[in-house]
Amino acid sequence: MDGPTLLVGLAGVLATSAPIAVASIGESLAERSGVINLSVNGTILLSAMGSFAVAVTTGSLVLGFILGAIIGAVVALLVAFGSITLRRSQVAVGFVLTLFCRDLSYFLGNPFMGDKGPRLAEHGIPLLQRIPILGTLIFKHDVMTYFSFVLIIVAWWWVYRTRPGLTLRAIGERPEAAFARGARVNLLRYTYTVVGGALVGLAGPMYSLSVKAGWKGTISGLDGLGWIVLAIVIFGAWNPVRVAFGAYLFGLLQWLSVVLQPSLQGIPSQVLQVAPFPLMILTLLFVNVGNAEWVDRILASLPEASRKRVAKILRSLRVVQPRSLGVPFEPD
Amino acid sequence: MEVQVKQIRKHFGPVKANDGITLSVPAGAIVGILGENGAGKSTLMKILSGFQPADSGEILLDGKAVTLRSPADAIRHGVGMLHQDPLDFPPMRVVDNLLIGAPGRLIPRRGDAAQAVADLAGPLGLTLDLKAEVGSLTVGERQQLELLRLLWLGARVLILDEPTTGISATQREQLFGTLRRLAEQGKTVLFVSHKLEEVQELCTRVAVLRQGRLIGEALPPFRVDKLVSMMFEREVTPGERLSCATGDTLFRLTDVSAEQGRIKLDPFSMDIHRGETIGLAGMEGSGQAVFLRSCAGLVATTGGRIQLEDVDLTGKNYHHFKKKGVAYVPAARLEEGLIPGLSITEHVLLTQHKPGFFIDRESGRKLAQQRIGDYNIKGTPASPVESLSGGNQQRTLLALVRPGAKVMLLEQPTRGLDIESVIYLWTKLKERCNDGGSIVFTSSDLDELLRYSDRILVFFAGKVSGPLDAKTTTVDQLGYLIGGRDISGTGIFDETDPVQEGGLDG
Amino acid sequence: MADLAARVRDHFTRERWINIGLQIGALVLALVLTTVILVAAGAPPLSAYWQIIKGAVGSVTGFSNVLVAWVPLLLAASGVLVTFAAGLWNIGVEGQIVFGAVLTTWVMRLMQDTAMSPALVIIIALIAGMVGGALWAALAGVLKTFGGVNEIFGGLGLNYVAAALTLWLIFGPWKRPGIGSMSGTEPFPDKLALPTIAGLRLSPWSLGLGILAVIIVYILLERTYFGLKLKATGASNRAAFLLGVPTWQYGLVAFLACGALAGLAGAVQVTAVYHRLIPSISSGYGYLGLMIGMLIAYRAAWVAPIALFFAALNIGSIQLPIVLKLDSTLSGVLQGALVLFVVLVEGARQRYLRRAGLKPGGA
Repeated sequence: MDGPTLLVGLAGVLATSAPIAVASIGESLAERSGVINLSVNGTILLSAMGSFAVAVTTGSLVLGFILGAIIGAVVALLVAFGSITLRRSQVAVGFVLTLFCRDLSYFLGNPFMGDKGPRLAEHGIPLLQRIPILGTLIFKHDVMTYFSFVLIIVAWWWVYRTRPGLTLRAIGERPEAAFARGARVNLLRYTYTVVGGALVGLAGPMYSLSVKAGWKGTISGLDGLGWIVLAIVIFGAWNPVRVAFGAYLFGLLQWLSVVLQPSLQGIPSQVLQVAPFPLMILTLLFVNVGNAEWVDRILASLPEASRKRVAKILRSLRVVQPRSLGVPFEPD
Repeated sequence: MEVQVKQIRKHFGPVKANDGITLSVPAGAIVGILGENGAGKSTLMKILSGFQPADSGEILLDGKAVTLRSPADAIRHGVGMLHQDPLDFPPMRVVDNLLIGAPGRLIPRRGDAAQAVADLAGPLGLTLDLKAEVGSLTVGERQQLELLRLLWLGARVLILDEPTTGISATQREQLFGTLRRLAEQGKTVLFVSHKLEEVQELCTRVAVLRQGRLIGEALPPFRVDKLVSMMFEREVTPGERLSCATGDTLFRLTDVSAEQGRIKLDPFSMDIHRGETIGLAGMEGSGQAVFLRSCAGLVATTGGRIQLEDVDLTGKNYHHFKKKGVAYVPAARLEEGLIPGLSITEHVLLTQHKPGFFIDRESGRKLAQQRIGDYNIKGTPASPVESLSGGNQQRTLLALVRPGAKVMLLEQPTRGLDIESVIYLWTKLKERCNDGGSIVFTSSDLDELLRYSDRILVFFAGKVSGPLDAKTTTVDQLGYLIGGRDISGTGIFDETDPVQEGGLDG
Repeated sequence: MADLAARVRDHFTRERWINIGLQIGALVLALVLTTVILVAAGAPPLSAYWQIIKGAVGSVTGFSNVLVAWVPLLLAASGVLVTFAAGLWNIGVEGQIVFGAVLTTWVMRLMQDTAMSPALVIIIALIAGMVGGALWAALAGVLKTFGGVNEIFGGLGLNYVAAALTLWLIFGPWKRPGIGSMSGTEPFPDKLALPTIAGLRLSPWSLGLGILAVIIVYILLERTYFGLKLKATGASNRAAFLLGVPTWQYGLVAFLACGALAGLAGAVQVTAVYHRLIPSISSGYGYLGLMIGMLIAYRAAWVAPIALFFAALNIGSIQLPIVLKLDSTLSGVLQGALVLFVVLVEGARQRYLRRAGLKPGGA
């Protein structure tokens, strides 16, 4: 592969990973606040279908993207209502919604299957796109890809640099302590779940109106991506930049599986396509094994010096999840 | 700032945590709030710091009545509380911890905050590494951080809840120095503690609470014996002591050490005899719970040996301990002890020694009925355990310990029970001792410890004093040891030295 | 007689009536939502519902097909109940069905040309299916128990791996003579199929297996020490452990049991329904089993009727694309809405009780 082709390919990776990056950052925000929105997979499908249908019917891309965000926000609102207000298991509510939204998208999307719809056009940024290498890589995309770049930075800035971001991290970590400092924990959880849901919802039209334009029902190739999003959030340790890195890594893997297909005769394409899933399991294993009870027991039997050393290694591998993730908060 | 509370009342169900407390503290005072567990100290402090509303009563700051709706509201009024386990955010950096909850612009200026706090810290003789993660700090440093944060937010009344638990002696000196300087600046300090020495050293006045009431106040020089009697004294009706202790060793601990969370247990050796009852005393978090769980095989020991009769249990898991005859009954009855949703019958079935495959509901019901009778449980075999009262839950828990258990490890077995239940429970427990079993239990009730134990171990910061012979120990002596005072050489107990007398062979 | 009347009266207390009313309310809400969706899609709601009913119970063939779909649902749902009892979210049940089907196919491919009696081959194939499902579940279980990987992520990942494995087998090593296709592997000879009732796709044998599974799981959960200990583990892991239940071992066994039942479902799909391995051999029955488990709030006695209802919805909606040009996923929409509302209505009820101070643990 020559240089320019490689460059275009990598630029393509940035573009195709954009929906995953946006959705993962949205989910990270919700989980940072303490709510797992397990409906991501269904949400992406439903918003992809809904946006496509609206864009086909009205011819307006803008309306399509707005509807995508609204669908994501509404589904997230249901998750928040079920888990915060009604205190149902977040897993149960999210899981039902993910199946419901998936079937709903196939049902409502049936008449639009295979329609030719509008597609977001590429807009090179004047001047900047002429910068060697960087120009092709970063400054020749459609507007939503730019949005994903901006979102990564803004989300990181919000979480780690602003006052509300501090509060966000605080309520996911120790809601009782955050409450003691004046944070309205459950209101904020609602807010971040809904905003995060809207971002997840944007991922839908980013596929159906851009990266994988069109709606092809069950063979749209979108089913399963939502679960990858949830795993990437853990891999990225709820840090927007690291999460985006995970999304790009995923995109790169997918691209490589296509590019390298001809040269990897022995490995069938199906294996490469699901490679992210075993990788996801391995990653989770890697970052979680330090928490297991049998590890503690073995550790206690080691002499003090090596115990400290092993414990330190395990600790450095571990991702620390927001401590109150999935735990309801009830101010007394 | 002058702090006054008037007729503060707060009850939780039938328990009167604060029963009309009136207290007045002048600006610049360091007041020691003394009292044993459950005396109402924490409740009063939570009310003062906005964590809980009082049922009735008034709070006046500098003579002005205020309503404190939340902790954030309290700090706006100038009242800040430093918790025993600081309410901070361990995975985050010190400077971020300062900023959480502080008012200001969208983008906080870390530099400004750092400067302001450094300006506060300097004169107080404190230094903080603002870039460090809070989780990597010692408890003492985390307290300093909280203290500085509260001051930075404008606190003029500081409430400290058992601040010296888990911090080093140097840090304690530093903390006391800081508090004195703050008092000189006119800040008011409320110092909640059970450690008499510290109160003596630091405080300019003392208020003693007992059973939700203010028992009395004192000014220096404090007489320790007076304080102790104010804290612990009550009408005690000494019942008949029941002892079934024999001379032969049942459970042997040799240089056992353990570690759980922040608590590290120093190596300890002891022989527990057949039929003996051992009481574990100490304020919560002093190590007695870790000790009990190590004996149960729940906390892996980091050194030493545990033997039951001839069987070496060292390093074995909890279920192995249990199989060999070591039974553990946790304090949290509905969280750890019983299974909400299951009935008494189902619990009885669950703990049957050698069950078959199919459940015989009818015989299970009969068995449950029999245990209900044996332990005088107010409930039916079909009652879900969460519908029982605390006392009946505790009886159920004991009824579930299988008859052949050799060592029973009980965590706070009588916490929250009325006196009738306590007496009944101990009758049943002593029956088991009579059959050759041993009991090790923790309690915060000194009378209970003295009345029912044969020997007592006192825990203070992971160190064990004793065993003391319960027959010759007094409430005051226990109070001293629990407060971390060495009672040998105080001159108060010259005639008997329980530490010596209650030695290993007791 | 008087005794019976008293028992019936006790059975239908006021609270019970309120609960039944709430469940019906949830059903009504689900129907309202689905109707709104139908109207939004420009479809005539009444004729859509009528088509579903007609498709499900309007003919012998139709109803027999409902029973065909009922079998894997019974197996998956009863398996899921075992893991739910232990407090585990075995989302991997889908992949366990698939891997069961894969092992069944593998065994049958090995033995179809031998002289073994067909009955024996089928029995071995069914057992292989159970082993396959159990193995796949064991993977998720071990990851959870020893690796700290949440069973939701472990299970889901394994679902996709199993699906890809199927595709790879169908287009690779097991492809039909000539070229592999989405229609699956080469069908097995007729003698290796579970016998069906003449003229129908329904096999009484698989029906029997499904019903037997539900009965066994019901007895296991309600009448044995094993079930009691599982429930204890699920209700309070810590307390169950302290009371002497080897909790993680029970968790693993629950995974194995659920996996075996799911694997059997896969085996049945291969031996009785499709007679070959096809790409979507599980037809989503695993996820549907989880939904049934949530809907019946994990009470084993309700598995059979609710699974039958779900199967009827699935089969009844098959004709929708042809008759009304509607996608057959309407059944999934209705099922999802129903479970969602049942879960939410129950939450609202408990919130009301907490507010009214009738239940501890409230604000």
